[in-house]
Amino acid sequence: MSNTASLSTIHQHIMWNRLISVVEEQAQTLVRTAFSTSVREAGDLAAGVFDRQGRMLAQAVTGTPGHINSMAEGVGHFIAKHPVDTMEPGDVFITNDPWFTSGHLHDITVVTPTFYRDRLVGLFANTCHVVDIGGRGFGPDARQVFEEGVTIPILHLFRRGAPNATLLDLIRANVREPQQVVGDIFSFAAANDTGAHRLQSMMAEFDIEQLDDLAEFIFENSRQATIERIRAIKPGTYCNELTMDGYDEPVTLRAALTVGNGGIHVDYAGTSPVSSHGINVVLNYTKAYTCFGVKCAVAPDIPNNYGSLLPITFSAPEGCILNAPRPCAVAARHIIGHLLPDTVLGCLHQVLPGGVQAEGSASLWNIQLRGGSSVSPGHGYTGERPAFEMLHFNSGGSGARPRKDGMSATAFPSGVRGMPVEANEAITPVIFWRKEFREDSGGAGAQRGGLGQVIEIGGADGMPFDVLAMFERVDNAPRGRNDGGDGATGRVTLASGAALRPKGQQTIPPHGRLRLEMAGGGGFGHPHDRPAERVAEDVRNGIVSVSSARTRYGVALDADGCVDDAATAALRRCADSEQDLGTRLKHKDTLR
Amino acid sequence: MAAEEIRLAVDIGGTFTDVALEIGGAFHTAKTLTTPEAPEHGVLQGVREVLQRAGVQPQAVTTVIYGTTLATNLLIEQKGSATALVTTEGFRDVIEMRNENRYEQYDLDIDLPTPLVPRRLRLPVRERLNARGEVLLPLAEADVAALIPRLRSQAVRSVAIGFLHSYMNAAHEEQARDILLAALPDLEVTLSSEVSPEMREYERISTACANAYVQPLMSRHLRGLQQQLADAGLRCPLYLMLSGGGITTLETAVRFPVRLVESGPAGGAIFASHVARQLGLDAVLSYDMGGTTAKICLIDDGAPQTSRSFEVARVYRFLQGSGIPLRIPVIQMVEIGAGGGSIATLDALGRVAVGPESAGSEPGPACYDRGGEHPTVTDADVVLGRIDPQQFAGGRIVLDHDKAADALLHGVGKRLDLDAGGAALGVSEIVDENMANASRVHAIESGRIVENRTLIAFGGAAPLHAARLAEKLNVRRVVIPPEAGVGSAIGFLRAPVSYEVTRSFYQRVTSLDVGAANALLDAMRAEALAVVEAGAAGRPLSETRTAFMRYVGQGHEVGVELPVRIHTPRLEPNAPAVLLAAFEGEYRRLYERSIPYLEVEILTWVLLVSTADEAPAPVVEPAQAVAVPPSGGQRRIVDTVTGEPLTAPVYQRRDLPPGAQLTGPAVIVEDDTATVVSSRFRAQVHPLNYLVLEHLAPQDAVDRH
Repeated sequence: MSNTASLSTIHQHIMWNRLISVVEEQAQTLVRTAFSTSVREAGDLAAGVFDRQGRMLAQAVTGTPGHINSMAEGVGHFIAKHPVDTMEPGDVFITNDPWFTSGHLHDITVVTPTFYRDRLVGLFANTCHVVDIGGRGFGPDARQVFEEGVTIPILHLFRRGAPNATLLDLIRANVREPQQVVGDIFSFAAANDTGAHRLQSMMAEFDIEQLDDLAEFIFENSRQATIERIRAIKPGTYCNELTMDGYDEPVTLRAALTVGNGGIHVDYAGTSPVSSHGINVVLNYTKAYTCFGVKCAVAPDIPNNYGSLLPITFSAPEGCILNAPRPCAVAARHIIGHLLPDTVLGCLHQVLPGGVQAEGSASLWNIQLRGGSSVSPGHGYTGERPAFEMLHFNSGGSGARPRKDGMSATAFPSGVRGMPVEANEAITPVIFWRKEFREDSGGAGAQRGGLGQVIEIGGADGMPFDVLAMFERVDNAPRGRNDGGDGATGRVTLASGAALRPKGQQTIPPHGRLRLEMAGGGGFGHPHDRPAERVAEDVRNGIVSVSSARTRYGVALDADGCVDDAATAALRRCADSEQDLGTRLKHKDTLR
Repeated sequence: MAAEEIRLAVDIGGTFTDVALEIGGAFHTAKTLTTPEAPEHGVLQGVREVLQRAGVQPQAVTTVIYGTTLATNLLIEQKGSATALVTTEGFRDVIEMRNENRYEQYDLDIDLPTPLVPRRLRLPVRERLNARGEVLLPLAEADVAALIPRLRSQAVRSVAIGFLHSYMNAAHEEQARDILLAALPDLEVTLSSEVSPEMREYERISTACANAYVQPLMSRHLRGLQQQLADAGLRCPLYLMLSGGGITTLETAVRFPVRLVESGPAGGAIFASHVARQLGLDAVLSYDMGGTTAKICLIDDGAPQTSRSFEVARVYRFLQGSGIPLRIPVIQMVEIGAGGGSIATLDALGRVAVGPESAGSEPGPACYDRGGEHPTVTDADVVLGRIDPQQFAGGRIVLDHDKAADALLHGVGKRLDLDAGGAALGVSEIVDENMANASRVHAIESGRIVENRTLIAFGGAAPLHAARLAEKLNVRRVVIPPEAGVGSAIGFLRAPVSYEVTRSFYQRVTSLDVGAANALLDAMRAEALAVVEAGAAGRPLSETRTAFMRYVGQGHEVGVELPVRIHTPRLEPNAPAVLLAAFEGEYRRLYERSIPYLEVEILTWVLLVSTADEAPAPVVEPAQAVAVPPSGGQRRIVDTVTGEPLTAPVYQRRDLPPGAQLTGPAVIVEDDTATVVSSRFRAQVHPLNYLVLEHLAPQDAVDRH
């Protein structure tokens, strides 16, 4: 190959790298300028660049999968309503329609066309969670989307550089924090501008007029690389079923995953119908977490874009909870959506060598609190009751991996971050009395499931307040794999012990404390295959109790906490003789 | 500086210990191998060498400034002392829970950073303050006393105490310390309210744990070094280089050893800042590329950008979130796995990828011919003609061109249908692109841009790549200082004696309690002055005060300098209006808009006292241009933009007098490195021996064939 030809190959690699860097700059601008805690502290955002056909070229590393992949779908809807040939410099578009983008009204998507040498060459988009969108707010209690807040159809946010003042007035009039929400919307538009400037200078540097050739290069390479990975998997159909708590009745997620013809298809036929409350999932969001689950297990290192997502397809019957029609309520759709990677991984576990991680707590435990005399009944409380709204993201344990323990109190599949207690207490009249690992909540196994956590929150000075509960895995534990034990189920109570409903708005009475105990991850492999010394170390660290060490792991400890070898051998031998050794040996083989 | 001052700087790096001696404006330098088991040995050897070379008696040295990676290494290798954490009941897992995030989205197999203090030594006691620092639960003294036998039996040498909201009220932490010390007088105790008195429990307590974790060994090492230097005749004061870019006394360093982390790179940034001031450059990008990593730092108006947070010991490809957060004053820079030893591979999509894995010094790049088989950036530089295999490291190491070419062909070229030259081009372009991308993202994170800055390049590998990096960043001017090989140590000599004090004190600007703010600032000033005066030797001091402010509801603060100085130390009653205007100005500068109607809040106050800068260095006019003949023959190099081979004349840097001017393509060689002047640059030697490269093309032309 001549040097010029080799240089052009290398330039394509470089421009691809550059695009990923450009969208990262876009995302960093979002993080720095946004008001909403969920964007700036928690990283509940997505940023990406698209070609003229609305196909995603690159996404920022910063961000969360539910947003990224559903934003990838969403840009097509903008183009369908406003064809690219009608877009003009200075135009910016906006929507929060759950069915066009990421599945609930709190997520606003802003799309900006980019022009180079007077021609539209691509589009920048971002999807971010705003602090409030009016209506009932971020909770599962609504029965129709109309109750959940204000819907912004696909509209111009700016037309040829001029803001859509009517729209902004309407939004201001309908949300609880108008200045912050409108401030956020402006920062979303500014972040897209940052990306656009970068893209334009890249095109000047490499002297290209359009992105079409680069797009084909990226898509084709990514698609081929993904297909190669899929071809390495034994063809067939692998089924899995997960039962979730749901709002007021259990929800079944059923998946048949078919590997073949250079693709993976996930069919959700047999999944429960829509719920009468706000835990329903739109197709975009189903696609987002389905693809994420497959990609993690099959092609984690291939950049996420239109091409790498092409070989992964899915179907969900209309009217099932994963393909909810308008006007179903959808605000707390993450509860179900976050379970999809576990559903898909359960299929892939049957065919991938070594298996994949056990089930985890999965659904974020988002603590949405609301206070003030117009919100909660006083129950005789006479002190001051300032109005407030608080959102705090929290995670239980993730599932044990084939060769590593699960991660404690760490989000999977969501990509959001938790927030400091001190920062929250500084701006919200609540006190966190406890936030720490939950002992014995990790599923027992050769590899232990990650621990859940316990949180206790009271009102400052004993003030009553409301919780908009949306907590999953209270009735259904994260399951272990290959004889690994289940993680502990979650619990939602008052610190006094009285049970609360895991879903729905409820009042924490004066001087009461909300106690949340999050689920632990499932274990992987038989607990008796965990080296006794590691169990003893877990006991020393207060992660596993002495009695669990004995009953679940078959490890006996002496008074100093050291392993009693003889007693341990006896415990393990005795238990092993009672169970089917054959299954265990088989699983041990798959571990190797 | 008084004429009789003789100052000595020592920088212990991972591979080399650099020593620089300054006497009457002249430098004498030495490089010795670092002796990790007993770092003092390498130091003393280097010091003896340089003193001998300069003909200076040890007793004549007036100041020693010392920087070390030892604290960093203890954290990376987890080789600190057995440490316990005493913390608020209900919150013992703060340092292990981190921010509940996976730093990598798609990799299911990541390892989270191991906490420095294991859970069994994270010891809860009953106590609680609220966010205003008011006591909700008094400290249960019996809980603290009950820990004493445990600390004894577990042989704990060092304890961190970190309670919630202690940045507002340190009383409980101090009370707990007093109880422990009364029973265990030899225990070393770190209070989170002293080491990092800022809101955000994870960062603050993590910093306290890191400080406690390295304290016993650092204290022993520093005191031991002082003794050994004294035994060798150097009885002058010993100063320590801090990560924030200042130097401090031994006593302060022993108290807060965590502030010594990454002091070497800080020295490099100070070095570049000094160069910027000497040349009168107000917008600079400092670029330090060595064997393993490249460090990039923004320098505005002669001062490096600083920050209050840093992450050490990243376990996963230098990825943010995979390390231990430290909330300490640091020079803000981005470090990426891009150095001469960085290994090139093809990724899953057959794309060229470089780093962060490094061939290190053993086995080293393939061209070292010491068993390294993977192609590295240095191998690419050899194949592209930038490094003369016979002249590497002043000719001390002879490199093998064919080994380099083979490695590139097998590791990269074959699968892409490229010959060794094409593969080398790819590796070089990708590593330069990685550095350019990291620079741009780094700049945007702090609301700045890299275009039109001047690049100051130092470290062994930087001058080879600087011109191309500059082109990628649309930077028009590159400066290669002399003594670039020991830039960090020279930076130590330029660093002021300084100390920074930080406090969280939440205020809405409109209802600012001016009296309380003044009281706080007075206390901070007293604390900083006490530390700085101990080492300032009567030199004049300067003071900077910064309030970190944001719109209510935002998460990121903007630092706003307070319009008060050492001579007018108090906020006036009109402070709210003044602060608001200053905040809005800074916000507009960063984000091109301010937001009406929103309230502004102050979270953190920072006060820095330092010895005043030496008189601003003169901006010396460029010397009269002189044309010079090549002094080192010719060489074939490949132009990275066109991919075409060119014949380039070679110049010896030492033969180029001030004013010497030449136009690329050219290579200017010196002992430790070589500067590649591409055909789009002109180079000129500045009167102070800086090599200054200027881009030839007009400002906005797209430089393509």
